[in-house]
Amino acid sequence: MDLDVSWGEVHALLGENGAGKSTLMNVVYGLVRPDSGEIMVDGNRVEIGSPLDAIRLGIGMVHQHFMLIPPLTVAENIILGQEGEFARGLIDVERAGAAVRKLSSDYGLAVDPRAKVEGLSVGVQQRVEILKALYKGARILILDEPTAVLTPQEVEGLFRIVRSLTDEGKAVIFITHKLAEVMAVADRITVMRQGKVVDTRKPAEASLAELARMMVGRPVLLRVERKPARPGAALLRVEGLVVHDDRRQVAVDGVDLAVRAGEIVGVAGVEGNGQDELVEAIVGLRRLQAGRVVFDDRDVSRKSTRERLHAGISYIPADRHRLGIVLELPVSDNLVLDHYGQPPFARWVVRQLKAVRTYAQRLIKAFDIRAAGPDQLVSALSGGNQQKVVVARELSTKPRVLIAAQPTRGVDVGSIEFIHQQIVSQRDAGLAVLLVSSELDEVLSLADRVAVMYRGRIVSVLEGEQIERERIGLLMAGVA
Amino acid sequence: MAELLQRIDLVGLLAATLVTATPLTLAALGGMMCERSGVVNIALEGIMLTGAFVGYAVAFTTHNLWLGVLAAMIAGTGIAAIHAVLSISLLVDQIVSGTVMNILAVGITGVFYRNFIEQATVAGPGTLPHWNVPLLSQIPVIGPIFFQNQFVTYAMLVLIVVVHFVLFRTRWGLRTRACGEHPRAAETAGINVYFVRYVNVIASGALGGLGGAYFSLQQIGNFLPNVTGGRGFIALAAMIVGKWTPLGAFLASLLFAGSDAVGSRLQIYGVHLPIQFLGMLPYVVTIVVVAGALGRAVAPAAVGRPYRKS
Repeated sequence: MDLDVSWGEVHALLGENGAGKSTLMNVVYGLVRPDSGEIMVDGNRVEIGSPLDAIRLGIGMVHQHFMLIPPLTVAENIILGQEGEFARGLIDVERAGAAVRKLSSDYGLAVDPRAKVEGLSVGVQQRVEILKALYKGARILILDEPTAVLTPQEVEGLFRIVRSLTDEGKAVIFITHKLAEVMAVADRITVMRQGKVVDTRKPAEASLAELARMMVGRPVLLRVERKPARPGAALLRVEGLVVHDDRRQVAVDGVDLAVRAGEIVGVAGVEGNGQDELVEAIVGLRRLQAGRVVFDDRDVSRKSTRERLHAGISYIPADRHRLGIVLELPVSDNLVLDHYGQPPFARWVVRQLKAVRTYAQRLIKAFDIRAAGPDQLVSALSGGNQQKVVVARELSTKPRVLIAAQPTRGVDVGSIEFIHQQIVSQRDAGLAVLLVSSELDEVLSLADRVAVMYRGRIVSVLEGEQIERERIGLLMAGVA
Repeated sequence: MAELLQRIDLVGLLAATLVTATPLTLAALGGMMCERSGVVNIALEGIMLTGAFVGYAVAFTTHNLWLGVLAAMIAGTGIAAIHAVLSISLLVDQIVSGTVMNILAVGITGVFYRNFIEQATVAGPGTLPHWNVPLLSQIPVIGPIFFQNQFVTYAMLVLIVVVHFVLFRTRWGLRTRACGEHPRAAETAGINVYFVRYVNVIASGALGGLGGAYFSLQQIGNFLPNVTGGRGFIALAAMIVGKWTPLGAFLASLLFAGSDAVGSRLQIYGVHLPIQFLGMLPYVVTIVVVAGALGRAVAPAAVGRPYRKS
């Protein structure tokens, strides 16, 4: 594939997960070695064998998962690797801090050099990442999915920073899979699919639908068709829930929430505001400090996770590799992971492998899972298809409540559309859905009611006309 | 009561504690360099044992105790270097590699001991001389505890400060901690993670080897099979209880060594307990303390995980 980027431009690299955007940029940053091809900077052919080479050439990269060291301070993180004049003998913390402060005021990126990174919000951590690249003399800045963890307002702030960098003549490569963003920020857009460049366009010459089609390779529905909800009785209630996080700090701070049959309640919020802990408490993976979880008018707070699942709660976890699937097992076993011991999949203690296979074949077909067969290992599937395995399993046990946490994270646009349709059609059949997503677009397109979570509390529950992007964004940031 | 207090020679007890803490602290400092860079080093027991043996063998043949100390450190780096190659380059599980080194050390030193030292009839090289620091050693209480010691103990006191500064105030220390917390982030900052880890593992070998020299060249002036008796593991416990900081590890070592010293003194005071129970004391204290009396310690985030470039 070929790609050219000019000084002073924002060049967006648009493509689905797995299209090769990040791999391409990791090659440019020296983290991955290319099999063939060449990289030119200012018309000169360059060899980039390590990140150090990239840094020397003025290439900086802000990774999707930040490359910051949590227990170190902001200043330490920024100078790390290029300590130069601040570390002749002992590190001169004062002077390094002053240099960082100057850099941060030059670019309008306010940070406290002495703060430890682990205590900073993601938005601030991203600023530290950008400053780190600038400190290292970046003239070409690669931003890999920089908006994934930001509120809409923080995204606007980021766009302003990007603009001021290109005004200075720096080049910015902006990697994303979000269509609206490229229209807002890019000077040119290159669309990638399956490791190849599809086309390069200017935003004025392209429409959203056209870009989506180029990304996926076929026309896509950008919004799911859905009828208004006809909610019934409350099936899942949490009352006065207080939950701690892994560091024993209060993560969920007195949450009351009800989900009725036949409706989708979306929980919006910047990641890390207690959503994960809320979900884990509901399914019984985390201890309650106070409050209770009520399912179908029965208090299930003291029930085990297995009892809750068998009672009719389904759970799509946010981190599928950790909680959703067992990579080393075949597709078939993964599809019966929470009821492998029950008939017809087992008789007494003997598993009925034939029944499992038949069942798996049926689900593979119904959920369009692209696998060679029931015996293929799940680890061999793409991220989107792995997620379909989880969704298929959770929606096929005739659940009455679905807890869906980030159900389409790391999933291609085509599969997102499919998963959304499945959730909506089950809702129409009377399923109560609690949807937790940090993708605001997902919440906006699916939820009948939106609960906004900020610092462990539900700060507002919006319905109907009240559900607006701007308003939710402000609530997510804790300002409204 | 007053008579009892008089019989308990407190200054002597504290002095003995500091001396006994010497190998623990040195090995803990080594383990710390290693783990701060992301590599677990349970081979410290074997490193100390090898250091004790080689140090003695060299001192015995050359009749020079100082060459013995140097040789002990070199031998320690040798074992550590093998551990480094296995765990960093060949991606062998760090616990497995460390265990192999420990078994190797017991075997090799045992074999050589039987064929070489056990049969020797010549007098050994003796022990490192005591050296009283002028003036300072005359201070009451402080003097006899800190300034009337032998070389390895002085070296330990200096190295506590050195390792502290290296880890927390220098470029090398910053890079080391970065590699132990988030090696990939360190690599994207232009740091060679492999190089940093190699150097730290090998440095831990030198520190462990010096700790080994304590046994054969400072304490007993001889080598006995398995003379280190699990002190390498207690040192790792001291490192953990000390939260991977030099001063913390030193204080934890003093605690363990203190219980050791108390145990052996109880015998002298004529407390009627079976000797086996008194000998157990430091190990029991280790278990109790590590099991949580001092709260949870947070290890470097990436410790124990081999680093693989993508």
